[in-house]
Amino acid sequence: MATQQTTTAGRVLVAPSVILLFVWMIVPLVMTLYFSSLRYSLLDPDNVSFVGLQNYTAFLTDPDFLTALYNTLVLVISVLIISVCGGILVALLMDQPVFGQNVLRLMVIAPFFVIPTVSALVWKNLLMNPDSGLFAWIARSLGFDPIVWFTNWPMLSVIVIVSWEWLPFASLILLTALQSLDEEQKEAASLDGAGPISYFGYIVLPHIARAITVVILIETIFLLSVFAEIYVTTAGGPGNATTNIPFLVYKQALLNFDIGGASAGGIIAVILANIVAFFLVRIIGRNLEG
Amino acid sequence: MAMKQSTGKRIGVTVLAWVVAFLIFFPILWTFITSFKSELDAIAMPPKFLFFNWTLENYFAVQERSNYLKFAYNSIVLSIGANVFGLLIAVPAAWSMAFAPGKRTKDLLMWMLSTKMMPAVGALVPIYLLFRDLHLLDSLFGVGVVLLLINLPLLIWMLYTYFKEIPVDILEAARMDGASLLNEILYVLTPMAVPGIASTMLLAVILSWNEAFWTLNLTTSNAAPLPAFIASYSAPEGFFWAKLSAASTLAIAPILILGWFSQKQLVRGLTFGAVK
Amino acid sequence: MKVLVKGLLGAGAFAGFALPAYAETTLTIGTVNNDNMITMQKLTDDFTKANPDIKLNWVTLEENVLRQKVTTDIATKGGQFDVLTIGTYEAPIWAKKGWLVPLDKLGADYDVDDLLPAIRAGLSYDGKLYAAPFYGESSFIMYRKDLMEKAGLTMPDKPTWEFIRQAADKMTDKAAGVYGICLRGKPGWGENMAFLSATANSFGARWFDEKWEPQFNSPEWKNTLDFYVSLMKADGPPGASSNGFNENLALFSDGKCGMWIDATVAGGFVTNPAKSKVADKVGFALAPDAGLGKRGNWLWSWALAVPAGSNKVDAAEKFIAWATSKHYLDYVASKNGWADVPPGTRTSLYKNPDYLKAAPFAQMTLDSINSADPTHPTVKPVPYTGVQFVAIPEFQGIGEDVGQDFSAALAGSMTVDAALAKAQASTEAAMKKAGYIK
Repeated sequence: MATQQTTTAGRVLVAPSVILLFVWMIVPLVMTLYFSSLRYSLLDPDNVSFVGLQNYTAFLTDPDFLTALYNTLVLVISVLIISVCGGILVALLMDQPVFGQNVLRLMVIAPFFVIPTVSALVWKNLLMNPDSGLFAWIARSLGFDPIVWFTNWPMLSVIVIVSWEWLPFASLILLTALQSLDEEQKEAASLDGAGPISYFGYIVLPHIARAITVVILIETIFLLSVFAEIYVTTAGGPGNATTNIPFLVYKQALLNFDIGGASAGGIIAVILANIVAFFLVRIIGRNLEG
Repeated sequence: MAMKQSTGKRIGVTVLAWVVAFLIFFPILWTFITSFKSELDAIAMPPKFLFFNWTLENYFAVQERSNYLKFAYNSIVLSIGANVFGLLIAVPAAWSMAFAPGKRTKDLLMWMLSTKMMPAVGALVPIYLLFRDLHLLDSLFGVGVVLLLINLPLLIWMLYTYFKEIPVDILEAARMDGASLLNEILYVLTPMAVPGIASTMLLAVILSWNEAFWTLNLTTSNAAPLPAFIASYSAPEGFFWAKLSAASTLAIAPILILGWFSQKQLVRGLTFGAVK
Repeated sequence: MKVLVKGLLGAGAFAGFALPAYAETTLTIGTVNNDNMITMQKLTDDFTKANPDIKLNWVTLEENVLRQKVTTDIATKGGQFDVLTIGTYEAPIWAKKGWLVPLDKLGADYDVDDLLPAIRAGLSYDGKLYAAPFYGESSFIMYRKDLMEKAGLTMPDKPTWEFIRQAADKMTDKAAGVYGICLRGKPGWGENMAFLSATANSFGARWFDEKWEPQFNSPEWKNTLDFYVSLMKADGPPGASSNGFNENLALFSDGKCGMWIDATVAGGFVTNPAKSKVADKVGFALAPDAGLGKRGNWLWSWALAVPAGSNKVDAAEKFIAWATSKHYLDYVASKNGWADVPPGTRTSLYKNPDYLKAAPFAQMTLDSINSADPTHPTVKPVPYTGVQFVAIPEFQGIGEDVGQDFSAALAGSMTVDAALAKAQASTEAAMKKAGYIK
């Protein structure tokens, strides 16, 4: 299909991105690799020595490491499920011709406009606070005991906040995909008398499959590095209940100021993320074709 | 399903849509309302919804303390500038990967995404040292380049998927007609690609607007954008809800306005009915 | 839209170009977004009028963001700041590294000897002052006089922990939403660990023995943590394991706490009718003890320092001298009233009858600060200085880890014994890695 001309042109056109991204990847990566082999504390910068793989073994044998890995996966997978399923429902709803559609759509994507730190602060103190939060007030008004979110359900609380931030993204992409569904297809389906469920299963879902894949891949990348929400609400606690890999690296980098350890943690995080991505692509990657 | 709807069902769907949208929007609405409260009203229990002493004191306090316009200016320059240049690089790349894919296109795409996987904080010190030596600390150019680079994979990805939606037979037809590559891009592809590019651009601008790690750590004052403005209102000793809400409202406002104006582009996405 | 963008662009450009037009020294000052610093920012006309050749460029950030920025910058010699706001924790460590300029040009009328001795000691290294205190604080008990009376008790000036437990039990009325005591539980070396380290001192515990061996396996630490967890379970608010200073301030100001042990600066908030529902009902007392000779109060100050290698040292010291002078205190008082004056730095302030009248918590603040001794913080001897922290670079990371374990103990997801064992293991590992334990 592609002619010689377009193939050559293709290479030329891709080149700038590839070169730029390559430099952006390789420079920090090489520097981080280099630092990860050093005993280098920012608080003692004159005393630098080569320690080989010691920083890696320290990070991997940290008793919090496995919990953090588990927490990272729980957070990513839960938010993915909530935002994709919720996103499909919201997108279907926003696709309906209803009164004030434009305003509705803007309201639905608005959470995406808020800086994560602010979202987390608002949720923690104005909504989820067990004493003065709005949820506690609602619970008490209905005669229930307020949920003590960050103490009893720390991970769930973080998941709720992060899902709220990413639901709009999923909704937006999926809505865009929905809208490219042919009117003819819609009409044909309604003439065939297809019920809403089979219509959704046989026509809508295949049509938005690629969009779903893109949402999952892009969100995964961002969710693997969720940090601000945890930092603001629970600071990784209680205990290590909400400590994920980025938070662990943060502790090394900006509390211990142990640059060697943080670099090793960064490299390990990159490796883990690539493993996740590898499986993701194997599982859902074929949707990207065609 | 969308065609024959009874009035009752229609009202039901409308109400449901509004309820869902309201619930999703509520935390932002609450922030907005809080920005007009006194600090004591902001933590009052039971919560005060509409009947309290509406006041502008928080906005005056913010106005008196920080140069909002300078932060907003930096945010606009950074997020729009970085992504306009980003698009110039990303559009050709995504175009060729969508329409002239090679054997390694998928691997290339995956690799691009993987450059985003390094936790930012792990690379902070290397980048900081680099910026110090290149005299890029606290410069719009330096932070702009970083924002461009962290968004580039995303731009390419989104554009790639939008371009993939464009029916190849149209391009084939144009080629049969003897259209040159340039004409193909200018007259066939571009009109169909504009909505996709617009919504990609908007998403990327929002992500840059909210990027709070690199912008906070690589700027001090001259190039500091709105996340730094927010950081000067969050979590001091003492009450800060109302003032933070006012600052947040100010920080969200420009992007919300931008969102409103590009709303049509944003959700219309790619509808090819007209072209076919 | 276009008009708006143009307007913003124009305004921004104006702001951007207005600054460097003069040939003068511009000082970039990094500071925390607490009230006293905001007031200073508003009152700088007084300084710039007297020094028209010095321009001030403020970078105001929340505490944690500022700390990570300032530390990264000074350690890599990035040179982004001319004046830094640092705490009692950083000052001696950074001075030792040679990262700070000794402040010996503060002027003849600065009167260094007027600085409160405990605060000055915390900011000095080798007998030289490296950071000038802008405000200082300790911690004390704030309590509700009305609830105390209702419980049939009288708060002594120097209460014991046992009394606090009794009073908390009696004041608690969960049905009415009143909790006998509010304490910090949010993990962090400057959050729950500030409170718990200071409290541990009064229970006779210490972070390390003379050989830098961590002491979490000692009975004193177990007593401390047992007491804290059981007290908070019985009489504390729900969700205490995510409460820090601000969350407790909100609870106390809203009338939900019988007692609250926290920073002395809170005295100014809880007695201000515009910020507190219980402003006229608050009493103060020294932090409790357990009869071992140390009280559970800490010592902190925010101070201004100049990074080594700066080429604007003279202007920077001029500014610091102004911001931490007696004159500045008078000036704030003349503009905003005495209650707004930054507390806890100068002896002379606590001899000023106007100030003592305007600030009901003043005497108790002074007594608390004076009773803290950063050079001998504990009952048993220790190799470190610092009351609620250990002044070694590794402490932030260690304190954060231990803080997480202790907040888990408070949340009930870990037992006290398990939390102490985990704290002991992680601290030992960190101290070995850092080379303190051979």
